Amino acid sequence: MTRSERVAGTVANYVDERTGAAKWLKKNLNKVFPDHWSFMLGEIALYSFIILLLTGTFLTFWYDPSMQEVEYDGSYQPLSGLKMSAAYASTLHISFDIRGGLLMRQIHHWAALLFMVAIVVHLLRVFFTGAFRKPREFNWILGIGLLTLGIVEGFLGYSLPDDLLSGTGIRIAEAIIQAIPVVGSYLAYFVFGGPFPGEVFIPRIYTVHILLLPGIFLALITAHLMLVWYQKHTQYPGPGRTEKNVVGYPLMPVYMAKAGGFFFIVFGFTAFLGAVASINPIWLFGPYTPGQITAGSQPDWYMGWLDGLVRMAPPLETHAFGHTISWNILIPALIIPGILFTGMALYPFIESWMTGDKREHHLLDRPRNAPNRTALGAMSLTFVLVTLLNGGNDLLATHFSLTINQIMWFSRIGVLLLPPIAFMITKRICLSLQRSDRELVLHGKETGRLVMLPHGEFVEIHEELSPEKKWTLTQHEQLPPLEITQENSAGVRNPKGLRAKLQQYASKAHQEQIEKPSAKDVLELGDGHH
Amino acid sequence: MTSDNQSNEVAPLTDPGIPAHLHRKSDLDPTAAKKAERQVGILFIISALGTILFLYSYTFMSEKIFIFLPVLGNSNAKQLFLGLGMAISLFFIGMGAVHWAKTLMPDNEVVAQRHELRSEEVDREDFVKTVKEGAADAGLGRRSIIKRTLGIALGLSGLTPLLLLRDLGPLPKDDFSKTSWEAGTRLVTDPGNRPIKPSDLEIGAVAQVLPELLAGKERKLEDIGKDAVLLIRIRPAEFQLDAERLSWTHEGIIAFSKICSHMGCAVALYEQTTKHLLCPCHQSTFDVTRAAKVIFGPSARPLPQLALALDSEGYLVAKQPFTEPVGPSFWERDSS
Repeated sequence: MTRSERVAGTVANYVDERTGAAKWLKKNLNKVFPDHWSFMLGEIALYSFIILLLTGTFLTFWYDPSMQEVEYDGSYQPLSGLKMSAAYASTLHISFDIRGGLLMRQIHHWAALLFMVAIVVHLLRVFFTGAFRKPREFNWILGIGLLTLGIVEGFLGYSLPDDLLSGTGIRIAEAIIQAIPVVGSYLAYFVFGGPFPGEVFIPRIYTVHILLLPGIFLALITAHLMLVWYQKHTQYPGPGRTEKNVVGYPLMPVYMAKAGGFFFIVFGFTAFLGAVASINPIWLFGPYTPGQITAGSQPDWYMGWLDGLVRMAPPLETHAFGHTISWNILIPALIIPGILFTGMALYPFIESWMTGDKREHHLLDRPRNAPNRTALGAMSLTFVLVTLLNGGNDLLATHFSLTINQIMWFSRIGVLLLPPIAFMITKRICLSLQRSDRELVLHGKETGRLVMLPHGEFVEIHEELSPEKKWTLTQHEQLPPLEITQENSAGVRNPKGLRAKLQQYASKAHQEQIEKPSAKDVLELGDGHH
Repeated sequence: MTSDNQSNEVAPLTDPGIPAHLHRKSDLDPTAAKKAERQVGILFIISALGTILFLYSYTFMSEKIFIFLPVLGNSNAKQLFLGLGMAISLFFIGMGAVHWAKTLMPDNEVVAQRHELRSEEVDREDFVKTVKEGAADAGLGRRSIIKRTLGIALGLSGLTPLLLLRDLGPLPKDDFSKTSWEAGTRLVTDPGNRPIKPSDLEIGAVAQVLPELLAGKERKLEDIGKDAVLLIRIRPAEFQLDAERLSWTHEGIIAFSKICSHMGCAVALYEQTTKHLLCPCHQSTFDVTRAAKVIFGPSARPLPQLALALDSEGYLVAKQPFTEPVGPSFWERDSS
């Protein structure tokens, strides 16, 4: 035994005698994780969060969450002598007078954008592969919660510098609160401590941004990861992969090195962006005052779709009995997002209702094998994409020489028309891909090699797929649509009535597919194969 | 329901099982392994060089040097090299670790079995029994006084945090409907605080104005948020206003609240040729010649118009306060 082994042994013994950690660690260091690039998306989100905690803590050392009016005397000459809030002045101080301060600010902002991108793409991966199915519904809901909090956290974060652009965002948030029927004006006064902007919202959102929400984030992320750990990761279908096993690499040493290394890669990447790509140059916007605005005001991308919805809303207000209801604000800013996020959270239950499938699933779906789900996803994405485009309508107009009117009408009509079209097209594409899979399994790959047979006939050589590939293309299950009795033999109608009909219809739509080849099909073709 | 009677599968293909493990070059050839080791070493050394670049820029580089980069424009050299140093230092630690894992660590796939998440039937029954016994021992079912009073106590205690939040802000009262504009309040420039004569504005001109401050008063941001007004001068013949609104203008000068009637942004873009005011936030567009009627965008109401008059010294003043609340809508707003 070497000296270092002896020391390590003594320490390990000391800890284990007091915690019994060896047993737990032995089991978990050997934990197997399946390998796939798309499983790294959630990892990116986790690492961005850690980067946000690190860089954010650095920023708090100099940032002053106060709306006290001060006169700027820092080293950025163009704003010298200007009256501004202490929050804005301290953000300038971080940017110009702290070495590495601007770098940290930019890494923080880039990491926040990356955090939201990673969450959304991770969510799409989970959705399109059906990873949300039993037993992972709780984790899906936790994920939706994290996404929602991420949007709020990001918005509060870019409001903290108290520059002209962010103040405009807060002004809009205030208008949304104010538009809530009955309690709106009271809520707005409570949030802002009086009339907008007042002098308290910066310290208040600071507490929420650096303490309350990060705390909730930590709790939810921990729960999210513990569930992944405990339920074991899903895996893509393939030879040797079943619902009952996990095929992959052990945590120690492969994943420790890979995941640990990947953290540094993500951090290095955000540092690179922070170094070369300027983001949120608040010194160009000037301090906030409600009487001014910057042209081309844009929120960060994860708020852009909301802003796009607000921009395309028709000018509807109800004036009755001395009261006003602003539908032009309520519908795009609260009602539609509410429906979207609730629908998203409930989707695992909706799908299981459509399929009648209550079993556990650990093998992922190839998106083409769940055409209805994939089409629903494409439909939602199209909706968000149109709204996001409209959120940048002013920039699109100037960059592509269009008028705002053209873009607005395109969006208003497109947001209703394009999602169903996307649904239909995607579903057809999925079914075509299933057909091509069937073709591949039965007839092999076209090689483009033409051969003349002795009697003069030309045939193209088809190369047979490997058994592994054939299995991957045919391993999925094809459930028949539910059969729900609408009326029994005695003519008594199903007491669930309309709901049963709806379920029948949904199930039929959901289970529409191209029959996959069976062993018999392959065998029959095997002999006469050309 | 089991999978067998649900699926329509007629004899699926057989699973060939996990493919045979392919050895990497570094598994078979010691020189290849040595080469991989050297590559990992080089990656770690690049990282160390990055840290040195960071240290050098932090300590020795001047803040005054700017360098031009294509696409990115002028960049501050110190900030750029601090960032690049840090990026290199972090990124290559990661690259080294991943390369190490991929070339030298075992790449045999391992199979682990899943276990059903559902607890054993016995454990479930035991659990239900424990809960039931616990509840029975506590007497929750029998002791109705305790149950009810506890309910009341818990319910009431929930009020404390709600009540504690009450002092977050004052009640709005009729604040939303009021501005600082009174009959006779002078219009002053912002910035500058100078009173304005009609002759100060040429045709086509636009100016942001605020109400004149009374002596000893300070202007707060929340005042600007309600009081900001845009003054625009056009040819009087171009107005298409009713008699009352026309009487609120003065020699072609018309005044509107600058706070958007949609969501409160500053309506700052004025197009001289079309006489349109545009809010940059959500593109609500208002026609100046028709009392800021909404001609495009999500806003449902015109911008409130401020009635103008001249005082004895010939300066522009407000003839009366705004006749309706300025800014975004709210529940108590009486717009009928």
